Amino acid sequence: MYKVKVYVTLRESVLDPQGKAVQQSLSSLGYQGVEDVRIGKYMELQFDDSVTDVEGTVKEVCEKLLSNPVIEDYRYEIEESANQ
Amino acid sequence: MKFAVIVFPGSNCDVDMYHAVKDELGEQVDLVWHDADNLDQYDGILLPGGFSYGDYLRSGAIAHMSSVMAAVKRAAEAGKPVLGVCNGFQILLESGLLPGAMLRNKNLKFICRTVELSVENNDTMFTSLYEKGEKISIPVAHGEGNYYCDDATLAKLKENNQIAFTYASDVNGSLSDIAGITNERGNVLGMMPHPERAVDDLLGSADGLKLFQSIVKHWRDSHVVNA
Repeated sequence: MYKVKVYVTLRESVLDPQGKAVQQSLSSLGYQGVEDVRIGKYMELQFDDSVTDVEGTVKEVCEKLLSNPVIEDYRYEIEESANQ
Repeated sequence: MKFAVIVFPGSNCDVDMYHAVKDELGEQVDLVWHDADNLDQYDGILLPGGFSYGDYLRSGAIAHMSSVMAAVKRAAEAGKPVLGVCNGFQILLESGLLPGAMLRNKNLKFICRTVELSVENNDTMFTSLYEKGEKISIPVAHGEGNYYCDDATLAKLKENNQIAFTYASDVNGSLSDIAGITNERGNVLGMMPHPERAVDDLLGSADGLKLFQSIVKHWRDSHVVNA
């Protein structure tokens, strides 16, 4: 069993209007030192033992569906978890 | 000419599209469910607006995996006209039939009003009945219509005259005020504004009707002898 954590964020070159609004809000709350905020998505995937190439599969699903490579980057962490 | 309006769970402009084709354009049209795998009997494919699959993950991301999309791709490859409006445009972007992606509107608001568009390219099967540079009034209704692509793609869109419509003034932050683009071949058009909501003066504008009439004219010119 594997637990996979996937993080999807907008690419650096892409303006993140939501992050910008949050950054401005933090700044008006007095947190002047928060220079930039980027908002993204966090997903948890649970793989069973039938998947042999977990990393290859994770990359594949990230590119095919979980992220849109035109505007988003992804990174992931794979953790082995004990069978229930 | 026979059209298919593709219906996904969460589509909500499908009936408007159906009405525009059947009652205003006077052509044949069927509503086709997203699990269809064959569109061979149709001459034109229409992907309507709405919130397919609740916009889960990203607008259009889940819908572009539907079985009907393989058939839409085949129709596009066969040169048939494929029009995606609003969420339909987002699905075409996700499926790779058109380049680029949509970001949230620059002001983070859902924008629902009639806007002025400029016809940038009237040399397409979708726009031939408009004048180049013509200003038309078409409603928009979207939260994610802020068109984005990289510099190389934008240069290519311009070079190949793939920008069909632009906003006369900035609406949502789209690059180069892009409101609608075609593929390189010119038979796939995606646009955020809703031409199907502007097909009769009673609706406030009939400026969208010429888009549908252009499609029919192109089809008649190439399929009907002595048209």
